[in-house]
Amino acid sequence: MTNEELKNFITAHTHEVTFEESQFLNAFVPSEKIHSLAKYLRENSFAGFDYLFCLSGVDWKDHFMVVYHLTSRKFRHSIVLKVKIADRNNPTVDTVCDIWKVAELMEREVYDLFGVKFNNHPDLRRLFLDDTWGFPLRKDYKDDITIVSL
Amino acid sequence: MKFIYDFSYLTTKIHNWLYLHCSNLWVTIWEMVIVGLCILLLFVVLGLTFVYMERKVAAFMQLRLGPNRVGPKGTLQALADTFKLLLKEGLTPSASDKFLFYVAPFIVIIVSMLALAPIPFAKGLQMYDLNIGVFYVSAVSSVSVIGILMVGWSSYNKYSLLGAMRSGAQIVSYELSAGLSLVAIVALAGSMSLNDIVESQRTGWWIFKGHIPAIIAFIIFIIAGTAELNRAPFDMAEAEQELTGGFHTEITGMRFAMFFLAEYVNMFIVCAIGATLFLGGWMPFHVGHLEGFNHIMDFIPPFVWFIGKTFFLVWVIMWFRWTFPRLRIDQLLTLEWKYLMPISLMNMLLVALIVIMKWHF
Amino acid sequence: MNNKEEIEDLIDSHEEDFILNVGPQHPSTHGVLHLKIKLHGETVTDVQLHMGYIHRSIEKMCEASSYRNFIYLTSRMDYLSAHMNNQACAMAVEKGMALEIPPRAKIIRVLMSELTRIASHTLWWSSAGLDLGAVTPFFVGFRDREDILDIFEETCGARLTMNYNVPGGVMYDIHPNFQRRVKEFMKKFNKRHHEYDELLTGNVIFQGRMKGVGYLSPEDAVSNGCSGPVARGSGVSCDVRKWLPYDGYENVQFDEILETKGDCFARYQVRMKEMLQSAKIIEQLIDNIPEGDFQAKTKNVIKLPKGEFYSRVETARGELGVYIISDGSMNPYRIKFRSPNFCNLSALKHMTIGGKIGDLVAIMASLDLIIPDIDR
Repeated sequence: MTNEELKNFITAHTHEVTFEESQFLNAFVPSEKIHSLAKYLRENSFAGFDYLFCLSGVDWKDHFMVVYHLTSRKFRHSIVLKVKIADRNNPTVDTVCDIWKVAELMEREVYDLFGVKFNNHPDLRRLFLDDTWGFPLRKDYKDDITIVSL
Repeated sequence: MKFIYDFSYLTTKIHNWLYLHCSNLWVTIWEMVIVGLCILLLFVVLGLTFVYMERKVAAFMQLRLGPNRVGPKGTLQALADTFKLLLKEGLTPSASDKFLFYVAPFIVIIVSMLALAPIPFAKGLQMYDLNIGVFYVSAVSSVSVIGILMVGWSSYNKYSLLGAMRSGAQIVSYELSAGLSLVAIVALAGSMSLNDIVESQRTGWWIFKGHIPAIIAFIIFIIAGTAELNRAPFDMAEAEQELTGGFHTEITGMRFAMFFLAEYVNMFIVCAIGATLFLGGWMPFHVGHLEGFNHIMDFIPPFVWFIGKTFFLVWVIMWFRWTFPRLRIDQLLTLEWKYLMPISLMNMLLVALIVIMKWHF
Repeated sequence: MNNKEEIEDLIDSHEEDFILNVGPQHPSTHGVLHLKIKLHGETVTDVQLHMGYIHRSIEKMCEASSYRNFIYLTSRMDYLSAHMNNQACAMAVEKGMALEIPPRAKIIRVLMSELTRIASHTLWWSSAGLDLGAVTPFFVGFRDREDILDIFEETCGARLTMNYNVPGGVMYDIHPNFQRRVKEFMKKFNKRHHEYDELLTGNVIFQGRMKGVGYLSPEDAVSNGCSGPVARGSGVSCDVRKWLPYDGYENVQFDEILETKGDCFARYQVRMKEMLQSAKIIEQLIDNIPEGDFQAKTKNVIKLPKGEFYSRVETARGELGVYIISDGSMNPYRIKFRSPNFCNLSALKHMTIGGKIGDLVAIMASLDLIIPDIDR
């Protein structure tokens, strides 16, 4: 499907999505709708987004953003879903690891580095660091011993 | 120089000389001491030779040179390794079962020494000609599995335990096939005494005279023998890539040297038994009753024949190690119980038929 | 091998939990990876992964570097396909600058990538043999790898972490001996590849260890995000060089190798045949390197406009993605590396449960993991 068709397809399912076009089609999804939209995109036979190839977290200083890069093997189209999480003190979003199994490890990584909790995740533990570390990839992370700021 | 063809000249001379100078009891004691010293010397020489041989054989098969710095062409490398092992710290894990941990290496060394008793190294050079020679060797070498299980259990280490359990299962299974393949030659020769078996090969080696069943028995014996020795491709018990060290993860220093030495001497014993039963032992290569040809073959001393055959088999076993990947434990046991064992049993029936109908040469 | 219900019963019951630590220091995990496996006899009932022993927070360090400098950190992620890591980062920066690189640079990049792929697969083959107990393949494989690394050293100055790609092209021109040496190597390689098959592929014991072990279905491969030979061994067509060609791959003839069996032996076969395909690509290009610049003109200090740029590259292990988020300043705002080994690892648990410890080693050998790439 082309970008226009994808836009119409998604808006037909979830109205609150806004779009932006850059290298891929970016869809800004409210955080309570992400699970149902993701499931719909995976299971619908016209969309067929079965390959989640990147799940990243970004810290935009006043909010967090979780970015999902999806692609469909059959139809060869790609899309990027972006979820804005406004609450910096207790960021949570629904998990998608029941839809794509790779999300289990990727969400643990986002939790480890940013502190974003994923609801209903089967095993949300820190991945690389131990429990006493802060969340290093946050922009306000301070570590006087190991980080040398220029 | 007659004794190089028949060592009994030398041994009877020493025996008579001792008789002249001592009483009966002291003669026995001195003979035991001499034999003991010879065995220890044999251990040392075998250990050094095999360590060097293994490294050189491995190197040539892997496109490299092997040890070539210590001594001319690296011949003193084994001595350097021995010194290194002597100087290493012998660690004992604090929670280990101390008694078993200390006793285990001695059991394997004692078993290796005992199994050397009936092997005829040359005409007249044999420690004790038991009339149940084959049976004795087979029985005594089974005791070594106790040493391995002891060290695996007493190390208080999960890796050692897994390795020892695997090794125990493996050795116990493969003894059956090894024993049954030896039975084939015993049936053909009509005696279990190793000296008789060698004498019966005066007209030709059993691998040629006993044609089909002897060849099958030989192949099974080589495979089962490699498995008994815990060598690749059957070295699951000490699989470095899976269990770090297997049953000898926790043994260091001189204790490790003892296990190492016992493994090499066991390899020598298995190959010596194979050479004696299948390839004629110290008997030169004779063809039936061709007197002229046999007489020419007799010029090479029997001792050289025995060493040549044994080292050829040792080289074959080393060749296996550096060529094949290792089998998984369940594949290993499947190989024994579903393939080698039925084949050995069939082979035994076949050899019984051949002996009764006198269809061998 | 137990059937599925028995395995699930074993997993649920906690009797006879024998926990064995494989790693982090272990001769056969290819790096520092800690697996806690629960055993019932010799059967694996559970696998827990503990990573992070070599976490160097490369992503955070990149935020403090400039757009030229962060590339040098990435050679250390998947160090066996270092050239392709650098290529992915350079491509992402070039996408941001909307820069077109000269054809000579493209061809040089492709040649270096394919040589790196052959070198990486040779090392994989050597260590696969070593993990399964055959020591000789290690020496045979490294002999060929040494030839490739000598070629790299002459042109790039380094053997493992080449740092040869820069935004705009490559750093220096190729050495005058490069074409001759690569042609000599190709002549030897095609004969030696036959040796690899003789030594390991046709061996009955090896096939018995690898066939039927570690089955990964195509649906599981896609759901776990697997890419590269791991997914292609299950029949999933995912070669980025074919799907989204970059840097001159659209002009080169080669086949994408797919196998349908999905077990360890299929993944092994995929990599063996890929080596021959890489050799084919090199032979097509080595005589046709166009003349011209090896680097497009760029400013000394690179600033990317505000936006997001994603580049995808096929490394020896799968699809590497570099996701750059820029806010218009000299340093990247956020860089995320989508590493192929991270996603291949998530398939490990599914493949191992129900097998033996020996199977775990065979599966790890066929997955070809590089742990620094997982931990970054």
